Amino acid sequence: MLSETVLKEIEEIKAKYPSARSALLPALYVAQREFGWQSEKAMQAVAQALNLPEAEVRGTATFYSMYKHKPMGRHLIQLCTNVSCMILGAERLVDFLKNRYGLTQNGTTADGRFSLVIMECIGGCDMAPAMLLNTDFYGDLTEEKIGEILGGYK
Amino acid sequence: MENFLLKNIENPDSADIEEYLKIGGYKNIAKAFELEPKAIIEEVKKAGLRGRGGAGFPTAMKWSFAAADPKFPKYLLCNADEGEPGTFKDRPILEKNPHLLIEGMVISGYALGAEYGYIYLRGEYPHAKDVLNKAISQAYEKNYLGDNILGKSIKFHLAVHQGAGAYICGEETALIESLEGKRGQPRTRPPFPVNVGAWAMPTVVNNVETLCNIPYIISIGSEAYSQIGSKDCPGPKLYCVSGCVEKPGVYELPMGTSLKDIIFNHAGGIKGGKKLKAVIPGGISTPVLPESMIDCPMDFSSMPKHGSMLGSGAVIVMDESVCMVKVTYRALKFFEHESCGKCTPCREGTEWLRKSLGRIERGEGREGDIELLQEISENIMGKTFCPLGDGAAGVVLGMLKHFKGEFEEKIKAKGSRV
Repeated sequence: MLSETVLKEIEEIKAKYPSARSALLPALYVAQREFGWQSEKAMQAVAQALNLPEAEVRGTATFYSMYKHKPMGRHLIQLCTNVSCMILGAERLVDFLKNRYGLTQNGTTADGRFSLVIMECIGGCDMAPAMLLNTDFYGDLTEEKIGEILGGYK
Repeated sequence: MENFLLKNIENPDSADIEEYLKIGGYKNIAKAFELEPKAIIEEVKKAGLRGRGGAGFPTAMKWSFAAADPKFPKYLLCNADEGEPGTFKDRPILEKNPHLLIEGMVISGYALGAEYGYIYLRGEYPHAKDVLNKAISQAYEKNYLGDNILGKSIKFHLAVHQGAGAYICGEETALIESLEGKRGQPRTRPPFPVNVGAWAMPTVVNNVETLCNIPYIISIGSEAYSQIGSKDCPGPKLYCVSGCVEKPGVYELPMGTSLKDIIFNHAGGIKGGKKLKAVIPGGISTPVLPESMIDCPMDFSSMPKHGSMLGSGAVIVMDESVCMVKVTYRALKFFEHESCGKCTPCREGTEWLRKSLGRIERGEGREGDIELLQEISENIMGKTFCPLGDGAAGVVLGMLKHFKGEFEEKIKAKGSRV
């Protein structure tokens, strides 16, 4: 269940739109922050808060790639491998994360420290290859540099 | 040409309202409010502004349709979904010049009679979300947003709506669906959003860069504005250059600057002194051009004559070491992933293309695969619900047109070139 404070937050989001349904995307972000992922409970809580059928909530939550449908690690690595990043070496970084951390697409390290999501373009092409680590942009990545950056996230 | 869209962004505090006011920011609102809304639409029409999101539709025409619709309220949506691979042109505005966008939206809202606006921001720009939210609250404090802007009884309210990772939401009707809390699948048109858009009300969807051109037109006037760049689509244009160049980045240049000039003069030429092989000129959905064809003006009218499109102005530069089969395969992986699933040619076609390309890329290509790629692409082109399918097919057809030999070689060699 969502706390009173969180439900109030969702009410405030609803007020920004002419229809409550429009608060669904932001409410799913709120639920993901609270539950860590879009668990059955999370989606039920959102359905209840917005008075929507659960199937509608699930249908929307599964359409968008930034809603997670399993638990994630403490830090989320979102690595771009689209063309601009690929031609400047993003695939080497994918190999590096696999070899060094055992990370593969949508996987999580055994200690729950990192999860990896291979992204489509994240708009960091000027600093390709690029990634988002949680909400921070990092660019001009090499194997060495990505190793150093990850070292700073415990 | 002095920068307007990217003015002052070297200032680390450029996103703060005080810094924006110091460089004359928000003055164009007062200037615009002196005019009747219709006169502003007329100014934008005379300026010749065409939408910067990719389609190049005349902005004033879009506005006049929504303005003429008797239904209220009307909505103004800013498309900040910027998902086209290779595109990052709006990011400097969203992160460093948010007040220019707000100023543009207030003026545009007044012109078309919209009192509510939303910025549909892609989920992958978390920093921009914080910047925009702060800028919006500053604008409310200073009365540039609200119920009584500058004491003139003019109302405009603005909020950020964050997307959640779906390329298709850059398509305007999918964007509206997503704003309404639904899966981002395109709507049947007609009715067009200008009449039946968000919450079934008249709605204008404009790209970030388009809206940021409005204060410029108000500031220097349509006459001076129409003298900048290409005659039939004037104004400044943001070109974002990535890939194998010395100085990747966003460049504000007159519309119609040549592709060659953008790459070699502005972006510093090919990285490491290598040889240029090919360029994707306007984001991944636009057909590739070989090195021999880059002497062309980058604007909406000229690029189709040269076999491609301006798209979002996202120039992806590839040097001699880049394998075209691999690029095509990666592009199709993207289109397959982002196809919304609504229509069959796109949903099935992008998967078939990706599978066939993957086979060739892995060195398992078969005789007849090139013909198969051609056939699938032609069965997608023009037969899909929205332009996503056309983009996917166009990429394959463009690659086969200019680099067929590389595909043949890879099929024959049964192995990777790189």
